[in-house]
Amino acid sequence: MPDLLLELFSEEIPARMQGRAREDLKKLVTDGLVEAGLTYAAAGVFSTPRRLVLTIEGLMAESPTTREERKGPKADAPEQALAGFLRGIGITDAGPVMALAGQPHGSHIHAGGVVVEVRDDKKGQVLFAKVTKPGRPAADIVAEVVERTIRTFPWPKSMRWGSGQLRWVRPLHSILCLLTTEAGADVVPVTVDHLNAGNTTEGHRFLAPARFAVSGFDDYAAKLKRAFVVLDSAEREAAIWHDATTGAFASGLEVVPDAGLLTEVAGLVEWPVVLMGAIGEEFLGLPPEVLQTSMKEHQKFFSVRNPKTGRIERFITVANRTTADDGATILKGNLKVLSARLSDARFFWENDLRTVANGGLEGMAAGLANVTFHNKLGSQAERITRIAALARELAPLVGADADQAELAARVAKADLQSAMVGEFPELQGLMGSYYARAQGLPDAVADACQQHYSPLGPSDEVPSQPVSVAVALADKLDTLTGFWAIDEKPTGSKDPYALRRAALGVIRLVLGNGLRLPLARFGDDLLAFFHDRLKVFLRDQGVRHDVIDACLAMPGNDDLTLLVKRARALQDFLGTEDGANLLQGFRRANNILTQAEKADGVEYSFGADVKYAETDEERALFAALDGAEAAIAPAMKTEDFGAAMAALAGLRAPIDAFFTAVQVNSDKQVIRRNRLNLLHRIRAACAPVADLSRLGSE
Amino acid sequence: MSAPRSFQEIILRLQTYWGSKGCAVLQPYDMEVGAGTFHPATTLRSLGSRPWAAAYVQPSRRPTDGRYGENPNRLQHYYQYQVLIKPSPPDLQALYLGSLEAIGIDMGLHDIRFVEDDWESPTLGAWGLGWEVWCDGMEVSQFTYFQQVGGHDCKPVSGELTYGLERLAMYVLGVDHVMDMPYNDPDSPIALTYGDVFRQTEQEYSRWNFDQADTDMLLQHFKDAEAECDRILTASPQDKAGRTIVMAHPAYDQCIKASHLFNLMDARGVISVTERQAYIGRVRALAKRCADAFVTTEAGASA
Repeated sequence: MPDLLLELFSEEIPARMQGRAREDLKKLVTDGLVEAGLTYAAAGVFSTPRRLVLTIEGLMAESPTTREERKGPKADAPEQALAGFLRGIGITDAGPVMALAGQPHGSHIHAGGVVVEVRDDKKGQVLFAKVTKPGRPAADIVAEVVERTIRTFPWPKSMRWGSGQLRWVRPLHSILCLLTTEAGADVVPVTVDHLNAGNTTEGHRFLAPARFAVSGFDDYAAKLKRAFVVLDSAEREAAIWHDATTGAFASGLEVVPDAGLLTEVAGLVEWPVVLMGAIGEEFLGLPPEVLQTSMKEHQKFFSVRNPKTGRIERFITVANRTTADDGATILKGNLKVLSARLSDARFFWENDLRTVANGGLEGMAAGLANVTFHNKLGSQAERITRIAALARELAPLVGADADQAELAARVAKADLQSAMVGEFPELQGLMGSYYARAQGLPDAVADACQQHYSPLGPSDEVPSQPVSVAVALADKLDTLTGFWAIDEKPTGSKDPYALRRAALGVIRLVLGNGLRLPLARFGDDLLAFFHDRLKVFLRDQGVRHDVIDACLAMPGNDDLTLLVKRARALQDFLGTEDGANLLQGFRRANNILTQAEKADGVEYSFGADVKYAETDEERALFAALDGAEAAIAPAMKTEDFGAAMAALAGLRAPIDAFFTAVQVNSDKQVIRRNRLNLLHRIRAACAPVADLSRLGSE
Repeated sequence: MSAPRSFQEIILRLQTYWGSKGCAVLQPYDMEVGAGTFHPATTLRSLGSRPWAAAYVQPSRRPTDGRYGENPNRLQHYYQYQVLIKPSPPDLQALYLGSLEAIGIDMGLHDIRFVEDDWESPTLGAWGLGWEVWCDGMEVSQFTYFQQVGGHDCKPVSGELTYGLERLAMYVLGVDHVMDMPYNDPDSPIALTYGDVFRQTEQEYSRWNFDQADTDMLLQHFKDAEAECDRILTASPQDKAGRTIVMAHPAYDQCIKASHLFNLMDARGVISVTERQAYIGRVRALAKRCADAFVTTEAGASA
């Protein structure tokens, strides 16, 4: 069984696209081969900045021959009726086929690869065709599949080059395509526009640029390595990480892990060489996050930390080659670029500190008056004034000092005007906290600068410090009420102002901190939006949506903490046998009562009297309800839904017994009314807990 | 290859190199532009199917980058070296690397990388794919395969190389502050540094760009350029003698003017975030109409 080797050799493929491209190449080619009848034992894909490589082991040498039988029309059918049948099996001359009519069963003719036979059937003689499709050599199929793959490859962005029409991620220079057996290697005749597949490739652009021929995958990988190309990105990643950590460890330091950066860097080199350099003394006073961000974003450097001080003192860069001077020139150049970058960063940092020293964060924030937040919602400064007022108002609800909450809100966005955040937007908030501390503001205020953007997503940590919570809530609530006021709500997949995220942020802040914050004051429509987002949030946590509906129908549903407490207790309750059965009892009582009330046009809520009870089961239910009601009322006062539901659970047996023994619709009207009024007591006992009528039969 | 000794030597070597590779060595365009791409030898000549190969220095202005001559790397007036070859030759990367060797970068000691960088010019309605070229972690050039210019597909595709000359020269010459860079040979009878030539002008233009430029006048000139561009392109292609002469280049001059006036207003801080997009859109509309006109001319025709 032959093995296949395919290499698509191009100019530099963007690092971020290589992973996906490997998967796409494997899928497109193997799917295409299997579809054409060629199966294989194993497939592997590799990439470097300049090549995408697929290797397939144990490919069938040819696709299997297929035989198919087709039933045709009656043998004596007119020529017109035969036409379609004959076209389908590739026969042009109808004469010999028509001559089969009346011949003995099993008579047949050969035409091309097709056998047409006549057989006796219950209704007369019928024609059958046996069509044989011969297998095709693997090379033919591979050539087709590879060409189609190249022409339809799903690059996120592709381009044309020169005078050609072909599209690839960057100019495609050569195709290596070989089928290898014990007898030797054959080039698969793939042709795509001006490119014809061959058996050659190139090594490292600088270290071994000559073209060379290969005879199969093992030979290819070995020769590439001699030509300074490590084919497997995982191997390059491992080598980089090994050399980086070993080098750092030897100096008593550690590399700050960054899996994304490691993958990216491995996608930028064919022959990784790790070089470590020291960050200039004059930059070590910069916040570590600034050093790390600047080095990563601009230079794709790893940060090297001193575990004793937590300071970032060195960097690691990964070159694409060895040099006669062991990388000295490369390191010197990189250091120079880094120094220029960090000089900028230090300039921003010192400038910002000077601004803060002169006018505080409020002075830094002055320019926000000229920054438009949204043309219908005014400037950032106006928005901050609103947030500050709201933070002050919310402070007592979250246990924060009102003055601190207001101050924190006033300064929390000041760093948007800082030089550092102008350069590195991802440092917003964090820089504010540094500058707040430099100004001598309380820690709670400094922390709020950093934390008030949180939580940013469903898994982001929720702030818990009261001042941070107050500002974070005020920030999000202002965003939501503002965009609601100008009718810019999310629709379908469109949510340009990330309002769903803001609402989820409010929900997580409230629930995470057990806040009692009535949200109805922000309007019914916005409350409904909160409820929608809450449903999504709770459903992700496994809370049934009908349970949420049953709790949403209760008063006080704008208090999300209460709402969720109720929902969780109800979900737990329904998970017990008592809970599930009580629900059946409630439904039965409720259905009978609702029908009777509808039919009679009255409400049976006048209070049942135990003296009209005729059976022990009835009397037992009276007693049980007395007991349950006495327990439920105080439990509800303390919002102890668990206790209230436990009391309801006690009703299950008496209710079941009642329905087993008692016919509600008695002939005696007094008895019937009394029993309906008793059913009302069941409904009323359950009513303060949740609207059980909204529960489905899950 | 010996190491160059001055800024001008690097420029001269690039000129010699690309001239020897068959490029027409053009002179800078005589208008204020933000980048070498604006030169009609690139913008307009990348359109149509006629082969083209040009290299030139282009003085470029970015008013917002002015730092009064104090910043070691930032200038409001600087030089770009620009190469445009249509169709892009298959060995363009190798040709480019040859140019680095020509200016004294030893390929055996340095780490040259092609790092993804997609190019887009919203004002020109143009985009392409390519890389920033890194030398030891430093961006030394932009390398782009033009896909679209002025809203027209580039057929064939042009390969564009842009070198930031000051930065590249500072790196090659080992200079830390641009103003300290030798402009001519340091052993010349009258040795001049980059600062001797440009420090004062950086100060003067920084002040004018940021504080003094008359914004009402700039806005009026912007409107005038826009109107003139429109008028030129709306005029009949037949002149008074009945000759067909489409005035694509004069119209494009007005587009360049509008673009630079926009940059000046931006530096003066009189363009709000929302207005910005609108101005860029107005310049792009001019660029597209100029491209539409150019492709109807002999130089811009498609075979």
